[in-house]
Amino acid sequence: MSVAWPLFHAHLPILPILLPLLAGLLMLFPPLSKALTAQRLLGLASILLQGLLAVLLLLQTADGQLRLYALGQWPAPFGIMLMVDQLGALMLLLTAVLALGALLYACAGSDVQGSFFHPLFQLQLLGINGAFLTGDLFNLFVFFEVLLMASYSLLMHGENRQRTRAALHYVILNLVGSSIFLIALGTLYGTLGTLNMADMAVQVKHLDPTLVPLVKAGALMLLIVFALKAAMLPLHFWLARTYAEASPAVAALFCIMTKVGIYAILRVYSLIFGDQAGPLADLAAVWLWPLALLTLIIGAISALTSSSLRKLNANLIIVSVGTLLAVVALNDRQATAAALVYLIHSTLITAGVFLLAAMIAEQRGRSADHLVAGRPMAQPLLLGVGFVVAALALIGMPPFSGFIGKLMMLQATAGLEGKVWLWPCLLLSSLIILVAMSRAGTTLFWRINGEHRSTSKSGVLQLAGVSVLLLAAPLITFFAADLSQLTSQISEQLYQPQRYIDQVFPMGEKQLDAAAEQLTSSPAAGATP
Amino acid sequence: MEILYACCVGFLTACGVFLVLRERTFPVVLGLTLLSYAVNLFLFASGRLTEAAAPILGAGDSHTDPLPQALVLTAIVIGFAMTAFVVILAMRARADLGVDHVDGRLPDDTPGAQPTRQKDAKK
Repeated sequence: MSVAWPLFHAHLPILPILLPLLAGLLMLFPPLSKALTAQRLLGLASILLQGLLAVLLLLQTADGQLRLYALGQWPAPFGIMLMVDQLGALMLLLTAVLALGALLYACAGSDVQGSFFHPLFQLQLLGINGAFLTGDLFNLFVFFEVLLMASYSLLMHGENRQRTRAALHYVILNLVGSSIFLIALGTLYGTLGTLNMADMAVQVKHLDPTLVPLVKAGALMLLIVFALKAAMLPLHFWLARTYAEASPAVAALFCIMTKVGIYAILRVYSLIFGDQAGPLADLAAVWLWPLALLTLIIGAISALTSSSLRKLNANLIIVSVGTLLAVVALNDRQATAAALVYLIHSTLITAGVFLLAAMIAEQRGRSADHLVAGRPMAQPLLLGVGFVVAALALIGMPPFSGFIGKLMMLQATAGLEGKVWLWPCLLLSSLIILVAMSRAGTTLFWRINGEHRSTSKSGVLQLAGVSVLLLAAPLITFFAADLSQLTSQISEQLYQPQRYIDQVFPMGEKQLDAAAEQLTSSPAAGATP
Repeated sequence: MEILYACCVGFLTACGVFLVLRERTFPVVLGLTLLSYAVNLFLFASGRLTEAAAPILGAGDSHTDPLPQALVLTAIVIGFAMTAFVVILAMRARADLGVDHVDGRLPDDTPGAQPTRQKDAKK
């Protein structure tokens, strides 16, 4: 134990990546490949452990220090580096909670509608966790591809014709996105000479003025890719259909994917192209601000026109993306802190609504979750309570999490110029969501057609999955003070990129030159790290 | 050499973009392939083009940057897997939807749109 603990401690940052990888691989090999129950248990165990690891990482980084993990002990600018700070750890925890809810729901039976659900689910988590942990832009691309590859297959899970069509669009769009990502990386590497995020932040400061336009082009191409992932305005068309057609557990897990895009925007444009990037400082905000507000408005309008609860919910994701990006674009510490609270809330609640919509659809039979009169549900009270909690949270009415999130964002932006635009958009969108959710709720629960009550009740596991996610609504309200303290610490860190750089290169920026010199003077030294 | 190289990358990208915007899945897949070729060449050039130099320090008078070569290898592997996947997906879509149009059905004004509609109704 005394030997194992320091070892475990030292390798903690990479465990959230290794764990789902191992679990996913084990599920593919013989003793487990045919054993469904064992796969389910292993999947749940892996997610619970990931949650535990995330909590440990959160505790470790509570002092505001960055935890670095150099793969293969190669020093920072040369090797690939993982870095964990409070933001990364918090996102890992959010992923684990979300995955727990989604997997519990899938274990009720939707995981056998197609093959390889459990291994793919773990690989998807591998990609998401990796994207939150990496400190290297090319590595970020690799993890994006891992999570996309898993998501392509998961999207086809339990295939039907609509799903195939949605998958075709989703895959082609993301492949083009990957190409743009690589072009952006090539441009940035060609000009900055590195892809390590901390090193890039250093290089940007001393950039040759003639290279500024090229770096700017690369940085903005990167923004296009992240905006595609996050579903920002001109690139949001894929989201509604993809999420509405996916199998419910998969759709719930996908709720974190738009947030991966937002996380990447937050990370790259605060660390590399933040306030201190000289001529390239804050270059994303100019684009983010108007586009995010438009996303917010378009999302709200599409929510009103949605024909089914799942489409409505997918549009609410677009609204939340617009809200988050608009607040982030204001580039204010308190506003970002508030946005992070809202991010946690919106991820969990929208995921919960996807699961709830699937249960409602199951119980209503042929009319599914379309907003038309249908036959009465078997458990109207149970689902009704869930729906009310989710609706109140999404609208942003007290006492649930949406209210806290939106109130904090309004308060944080009260002193900023941008509030003239943000406040009306945010408040109006809340009103529109209120209308849309009331319409959906009254139609689904009260406009009943025929006496014949459906008999298909929802299973315990399905209810457990939904409760894990929807419990976030009261819990975030309950622990709002602690959570907001945590997120303000995070945004403090986020807006002090120099602290990151100092921790990655503790001997100052000269360390970089010295290391490079050493490598050129004695080539043999490079071979033995 | 740089100009020729840049023209090649640009031409490949232009062809790729044109094909990706086509309405049938087969040209789109070809377009994605061309686009990934262009991207790989571009990445390769991001370490600057040098002639007759090994990517090893001290092996000769000059050396070329080894990192883009590693990046390109990764990108090729990922791109290859993705292309295989999208080919299978396109065939699957052709089988499931009965048509190889990217929208899953022919636009209403093309002749032959009717049969897909009938299939919809049957299902």
